[in-house]
Amino acid sequence: MNIFKIIDEIKQVDGDALGRLEHATRRSFMTKFSRSITAAAIPTVMASVVNKAYAQSAAAVDVLNYALTLEYLEDEFYKLGNASATLIPAKYKPVFTQIGKHETQHVAFLKGALKTAAVAKPTFDFSAGGTFPNPFGIFDTFVFLSHALEDTGVRAYKGQAGALLNDPQILEYALQVHSVEARHAAKSRSILSEIRNAPQIKPWITLNEGSPAPVYAGEDNTMQGGKEINGIGGKSKQAVTEAFDEPLTKDQVLAIASLFIKK
Amino acid sequence: MKKTTSTKLSSNSSENNPMLDMVNRRFFLRSAGVAAATGAFVMSACTDKTDGVDPVEQVVDLGSGDIGILNYAYALEQLEAAFYMQVIMTPYTGMTAAETSILTDIRDHEIVHRDFFKAALGAAAIPGLSVNFSSIDFKSRASVLGTAKVFEDTGVAAYNGAGKLIKDGGYLLLAGKIVSVEARHAAIIRDLLAPNTIDFAGDDVIDNNGLEAAKSPSVILPAVAPFITTKISANNLPK
Repeated sequence: MNIFKIIDEIKQVDGDALGRLEHATRRSFMTKFSRSITAAAIPTVMASVVNKAYAQSAAAVDVLNYALTLEYLEDEFYKLGNASATLIPAKYKPVFTQIGKHETQHVAFLKGALKTAAVAKPTFDFSAGGTFPNPFGIFDTFVFLSHALEDTGVRAYKGQAGALLNDPQILEYALQVHSVEARHAAKSRSILSEIRNAPQIKPWITLNEGSPAPVYAGEDNTMQGGKEINGIGGKSKQAVTEAFDEPLTKDQVLAIASLFIKK
Repeated sequence: MKKTTSTKLSSNSSENNPMLDMVNRRFFLRSAGVAAATGAFVMSACTDKTDGVDPVEQVVDLGSGDIGILNYAYALEQLEAAFYMQVIMTPYTGMTAAETSILTDIRDHEIVHRDFFKAALGAAAIPGLSVNFSSIDFKSRASVLGTAKVFEDTGVAAYNGAGKLIKDGGYLLLAGKIVSVEARHAAIIRDLLAPNTIDFAGDDVIDNNGLEAAKSPSVILPAVAPFITTKISANNLPK
């Protein structure tokens, strides 16, 4: 399955979900969503009409499925890593077990919210077609991928916050996942720093430093709220960029995620 | 040894006004209505006491709408910045080079956050708050890192809870850009206290759905009140 198929599916699912959301008020969105989601699919023509009236909730379904795709990716990554008896040194086992637990919980939570509107799990290839050989046999590769996936996750959720402005409860859920991904990212980065003896890799992102480059593109931004803040408080550009994590667009994130989805 | 610290972060124009004690807060709010409606205001008539008495009547109103939420964030960032400035000024016994590096970075991030909010809010910004760190032993690693953990976890939960109160997408994104950095801080402070355990993303702050706490201003402000001398009113914040 390729990433474009997923996007197509998401679009299709949106149309269907919209009709089911007809009576959902914003406040009771989740409950009514869950209850009515099993209703019959609304024809496409109808769905496009409803689409205009319930665009906010369509946005939410879209974001939730996008998030679910990323969580599938992370969940399977840690499941495979944690299942290997020899990959993770004993001292780091609790960390990756905890991260894996959260990713499994995120998948379950999102699937529970989306019910039948949930996209299917893609088939993953964590070597990215051989670019990262043996990711579950070499700890360095595993941690490298972990930090990249977590930082991508943080940026992905952040990029969708605005799309949830009119769905306050879902926005809050997204934020509650977002900060968990950031905690994961910080710890994963600190382990990478430790095993590579690379103090320049900090728990936070300095400028746009980091690899793979697309994961850190634009992290060196110093325009915040329409203002240039480089040097604010007498601080270095490094510090200023560390203090703000930047979003990624859906296209940017899917370009990264698609590397790990079997073609 | 316990270090007692009460720092005035900035001072407003100062003239003693004994009449102020008789000013009814409600009346004041009404008379300051124009300023309040546009966001925060400083009780300019309500100046610092110079006679050693706590400025108990100095109430800072965070304001309403998005401006109120930004001021709420600004207040929390002021607290964090003041705390880490003190931590670096008077390092605890046995602070390692790695810890100094981490805590200095965090201090700088909090200063950037604080000054960013101040600049973004402009005339609507609340004044510098007075903080009270008398409960913290700055010579003790456990006391300092324990407090840092509380501040960072609180900051994350505060931003998580404030998100849905924000109307403007640009402000929401800004909050999002900052909260994940606070979460990075929280994780690493927790990891300093309990290295390579599950504590960096512990079950005490993350529930069984893998969701981190989100708390409303009405929960957060009383929790940080012991550290802030200045009285803060959140009465006009969105709910």
